[in-house]
Amino acid sequence: MHTNEISMLINEQIESISTNHNIVKINNLNVYADSHQILKNINLTIPKNKITVLLGPSGCGKTTLLKSMNKLTDLYKELKVTGNIFIEDDDILHTTKNVPSIRQKMGLLGQRPFPLPMSIYKNISYGIKLKGIRDKKLIAFSVEKYLKEVGLWEEVKNRLNQPATSLSIGQQQRLCLARGLAVKPRIILADEPTSALDPISSKIIENLFRSLKEHYTIILVTHVLRQAVRLADHVVFMYNGEVIEQGSPNTLFNTPKTQKLKEYLVDGN
Amino acid sequence: MKRSKKTEEAVFKILSGFATYSLIVILAFIIIVVFVKGFNALTWEMVVKTPKGGYYYGGEGGVLNAIMGSLYIAFGATIIAIIIGMPSALYLNVYLLRHKKTQNTIRYILDALWGIPSIVYGAFGFTLMLYLGLNASLLAGILTVALLITPIIVRTFDEVLSTIPKGLHEATLALGSTRTEMAFKVMLKQGFSGFITAVLLAFGRGIGDAASVLFTAGYTDLIPVNIDEPAATLPLAIFFQLGSPIPEVRERAYAAGAILTIIILTVSLTARLFSRQYSKSNIN
Amino acid sequence: MLLKRIISDKLSGVWMLISLTAILLIPLFIIAGLYLKSTPLFNHQDFLRLISSSEWQPHKGNFGFWPFIAGSLYVTIIAFALAAPVCLLAAIYLTQFARSAMMRIMLPVIDILAGLPSVIYGVWGILIVVPFISKILAPAFNINTSGYTIFAGGVVLAVMCIPYMLNMIIEVFNTIPMGLKEASLSLGATFWESIKHVVIRKSYPGIISAFGLGIAKAFGETMAVMMVVGNSVQVKFNPFEAGYPLPALIANNYGEMLSIPLYDSALMFGAFLLLIIILLINLIFRYFIYRTRVH
Repeated sequence: MHTNEISMLINEQIESISTNHNIVKINNLNVYADSHQILKNINLTIPKNKITVLLGPSGCGKTTLLKSMNKLTDLYKELKVTGNIFIEDDDILHTTKNVPSIRQKMGLLGQRPFPLPMSIYKNISYGIKLKGIRDKKLIAFSVEKYLKEVGLWEEVKNRLNQPATSLSIGQQQRLCLARGLAVKPRIILADEPTSALDPISSKIIENLFRSLKEHYTIILVTHVLRQAVRLADHVVFMYNGEVIEQGSPNTLFNTPKTQKLKEYLVDGN
Repeated sequence: MKRSKKTEEAVFKILSGFATYSLIVILAFIIIVVFVKGFNALTWEMVVKTPKGGYYYGGEGGVLNAIMGSLYIAFGATIIAIIIGMPSALYLNVYLLRHKKTQNTIRYILDALWGIPSIVYGAFGFTLMLYLGLNASLLAGILTVALLITPIIVRTFDEVLSTIPKGLHEATLALGSTRTEMAFKVMLKQGFSGFITAVLLAFGRGIGDAASVLFTAGYTDLIPVNIDEPAATLPLAIFFQLGSPIPEVRERAYAAGAILTIIILTVSLTARLFSRQYSKSNIN
Repeated sequence: MLLKRIISDKLSGVWMLISLTAILLIPLFIIAGLYLKSTPLFNHQDFLRLISSSEWQPHKGNFGFWPFIAGSLYVTIIAFALAAPVCLLAAIYLTQFARSAMMRIMLPVIDILAGLPSVIYGVWGILIVVPFISKILAPAFNINTSGYTIFAGGVVLAVMCIPYMLNMIIEVFNTIPMGLKEASLSLGATFWESIKHVVIRKSYPGIISAFGLGIAKAFGETMAVMMVVGNSVQVKFNPFEAGYPLPALIANNYGEMLSIPLYDSALMFGAFLLLIIILLINLIFRYFIYRTRVH
């Protein structure tokens, strides 16, 4: 291993230790699409190394909120985003830092798995190489490490060169998680990650989240109330583009303050 | 490292933008050239008169014979193509609904059929014509063009029919309809504007195609009154007049080109209108 | 009443089935018809000599198709080399960089241009491309030509094929899910890296198919090419020489084909050859498309 790559690893380690408590902070976030407003004046603080669940009926803006956190809103030219989103004290909407390096602080898990059109191995090494790491041994080491972290290594170690699409949907989603972890993010953004999966695969993902929160801040979008109850450390309830209530799951689920949340809890169950 | 990535993206953005805009310029240029050249030579006489004596040496007359010939051929061929094509598309989407594999194989063959160049249809039409003992005539032209445009009607109509939700089929059958009633009363009605689009598309292709009628329709200065008489066509009128050494005659070819373009544009814009209507009703 | 319904059900069912069967039999009839018509030529000269000989003297009974096959290949290659990069780049721009409003305007325009008759493209070729070659391009290489050349044929073909191929490639790009691009971006790729490594890679089979079908279309195109390519029987490497593609041979000589023995058979063999080549290209690349759609 080259010395500069070792120092790189160490630096990253130090960086992740030295960060402050408020890993994501959102002030006055507004998102407009052409004429109507998708997100209205969002103010949020997301706690570090916890699972924060964004809850709400479909179409309430959860996904847009999630995507604005790693600037994927840039892809949709009709969207206009105003306000501040602080990721580890960088205001990503106004920073001069380059977007790819900001995005690498967050791993994204979509509603269904989107394996890149390449082999299982390359799906993981893709992001690592984008960081500028070229050392083959280091890459191979990382691929193994993150496949083990999501419990996929034993299943795929003999077929690393097969296309990722040859895996089952549940395996693909775990591969997508591993691929996101391999760029060493601090945050995991998950957009209804179990909605396309069978119950067993869903359970595996949920268990992974529970163990991952020790090292990562997880933001999970879901409209499945029971999943929120199972996983959440912090709940944000959204309705029609606004944050209606937020707090600990205990308070929100047992003593909802607003009519909207009360109705949602009744219908959701 | 980062800088080279940015440069690469910028280079490709500019390059692809340049390709797109130069494409737009070239394609606009074609229409402009055809229209400017054509309208310079276009007179009312061109549209309403048949060629008089000495027309091909710059004498009086017009290309009405070719306009009518083209319309007759395209019209006749479209009728035949509808008679065969419309029920085929319906069969494909009603009877073969549960046979995905057969359905896809048939679509595959039809698409390949669509890809056969019109000169091959022309050559085949010619052998067919000889076999049936026909002369180069309106009828032979119609038959050949019908072969050419039937796959177009079937596949275009089929694409529309295949978007009709399956629930509709089940609901209709549950109400006690027979399958053909469902095909003609429900599917045809649901996909009607798509059907019109398919017909117009095929009609436009029929008017514009030259290579298929070259052997089969013949050429004449008269407007055919009978189905066994030869018929002139607009694309061939353009082609033949362009071959003339006399400048006035070549000018008329450009004028005929403008006439043909206007007809085609009218047909395809109408087709667009119908397909837009379809996609609108599809969303709601 | 019920009886009437059952009868009409049966009748229209039969009508539908007969129609579909008839359509599916068309290709067989065409292949058989053209093959039978060209058998006299096969009896006269063997297949390999037919397609490899360059001697074309119908009066003496010499039918060598190589000049025409070479002519077709040459114009097709030029057309493809000009059109393919432009189509790919334009499709990337329209689907990835441009605003969606531009796409909404361009799609119908492309559609309409794809529907213009080939004669119109030929008129444009005579008015613009041919003079441009004879007055500007060829003199720049110190070549004296009328402009009716293989190169002119290639250019006109390229312009004709662009709307056709562009349409298909755009369709391919549009099937790539947004989530895939988002996944690549979130891993830290730049926008262009995502296009290059993910979007284009995923579209690879579709792009190849579009290219293949474009080649098939160019190879069979008749009128527009015939109007500008010069039509003289020779095999020349210089693109500023006249050429004689296969479809033009068939179209140009139908008048005299019945007056010379075996000539009609030779032209029908030309059509047969064209049909087989294009049908094969079509079947192969469309199979590619169908297979990728299933997955």
